[in-house]
Amino acid sequence: MGKTSIETRSLNLFYGDFQALTDINLTIPANEVTALIGPSGCGKSTLLRVFNRMNDLIAGVRVSGRVLFGGKDIYASDADLLRLREKVGMVFQRPNPFPLSVRENIVFGLAVHGLAPRQEYDRIVEESLRSVLLWDDLKDKLHHSALKLSLEQQQRLCIARVLPLKPSVLLMDEPCSALDPIATLHIEELMQKLKKEYTIVIVTHNMQQAARASDHTGFMYLGKLIEFGATARIFTKPGQELTENYISGRFG
Amino acid sequence: MKSIRFRKLKEWGIEKAILLSGIFSVVFVVLIFLFLLREGFSLFRGESIVDFIFGKSWYPISSPPRFGILPLILGSLLVTLGAAAISVPIGIAAALYISEIAPRRLKEPLKAGIELLAAIPSVVIGFIGMITLGPWIKSAFHLPTGLTALTGSVTLAFMAMPTIVSIAEDAITAVPRQYREAAIAMGATQWQTTWRIVARAARPGMVAAVMLGIGRVIGETMAVMMVTGNAAVIPRSFLQPVRTLTATIAAEMGESVQGGPHYAALFAIGIVLFIITFLINGVADLYLHRSRQ
Repeated sequence: MGKTSIETRSLNLFYGDFQALTDINLTIPANEVTALIGPSGCGKSTLLRVFNRMNDLIAGVRVSGRVLFGGKDIYASDADLLRLREKVGMVFQRPNPFPLSVRENIVFGLAVHGLAPRQEYDRIVEESLRSVLLWDDLKDKLHHSALKLSLEQQQRLCIARVLPLKPSVLLMDEPCSALDPIATLHIEELMQKLKKEYTIVIVTHNMQQAARASDHTGFMYLGKLIEFGATARIFTKPGQELTENYISGRFG
Repeated sequence: MKSIRFRKLKEWGIEKAILLSGIFSVVFVVLIFLFLLREGFSLFRGESIVDFIFGKSWYPISSPPRFGILPLILGSLLVTLGAAAISVPIGIAAALYISEIAPRRLKEPLKAGIELLAAIPSVVIGFIGMITLGPWIKSAFHLPTGLTALTGSVTLAFMAMPTIVSIAEDAITAVPRQYREAAIAMGATQWQTTWRIVARAARPGMVAAVMLGIGRVIGETMAVMMVTGNAAVIPRSFLQPVRTLTATIAAEMGESVQGGPHYAALFAIGIVLFIITFLINGVADLYLHRSRQ
């Protein structure tokens, strides 16, 4: 394992009285793809939303323990949420481009954070679309509504629009669940390309996807991280019986 | 069995009854318009349409009478524009506050309060405008009378507000949560999210809200008649009395001779009003339709 991107130490998370995450200790390596798998309700999406503090939007959430990103605790009282979300981008389950043009979708982040002068916008739009292999398809449609694109293009656009912020982490919450198998493969290929520059954490229901596309896998069950390790090992020689039962399809 | 045939018959009956009531409402609108046309058009046997619409003097009972409604059209426009300038920014801001910012326990009381504003009879609003707003404007601007276009605009702004707020609020609330989530997850502040994403997404609905609010203002009669002073002259400022199309019809219909030219002229004003509100509603419909897509 190389550099560390995000690290959690005895992380607990409660929704009101319900404990959704219990004592999570996890180290996410930089510039690799880490998959979180587990049955519905196991807390994998909740864990993902800890990393950019999107759980804060839900009333009654409490977090204890530490979550270190770049050596700093993102739950410290002086943590800068806006800056955190600039550096930790998120791609959602259902493609959710803004109901604006393709170009406006991509420059939104720049405008919001005041990152670049306007004359740079054209260059950045092209760069971002090239990174997700959309430029050739969309270069003549920059002013078309993003809602008119195919679902796969929309999801690529959702990835493209966080890139201008130069995030170091991309969180993906079941990014392919609304896509067909071919589009799913394309997004997985894209992840392999992007991991050279970004740390990717993906939540997935699809065990084949975790096996194909990730370098590390964490298996979660009932809010606990049961096992974490290299994907090849988890899927061939799981250390826990629970993990083995899950990946062999005995429950889940 | 009897029941299947009976149920089919009942189904047929209900369907046709609903169809009939739908047709009726359209038929009524058409009939009203035809009636207006029939009564109003007799004016144009002796008067040209151009003189009617662009004529600068409205002296319906002098001899010979003069039926130029330009002062009335401008009066209506002035009052409406003033009311829009006041109610649109405040209404949109209130809608944004209620749907995006207000804490949950404030939301419902606010919405109920604004809807209650719509339930106040226009004559009561006119009364308040006449008794409190009029004298205040008179002394604030040192005017000979407080019954001015501005008084009408402010009064009508209150009447447009509930329409604008509740329709715009619906449009804003209908913006899918996922857009907000995406913007927040990119590090946008609440205001950036509201203004750049939510307000943009809700724009067609907000335009429709504004148009319907304006439609309400332009058709309003009682309150305007009470507060605008009703002088049929071409208005030069907000601080002088004006007379609107609606107030003219309401004030003069009782004293006109049925079938005479004055009577016909009032109906012709009705046609003009009908066309204006029809256009405004049409635009609003267009945008409402677009916002649902």
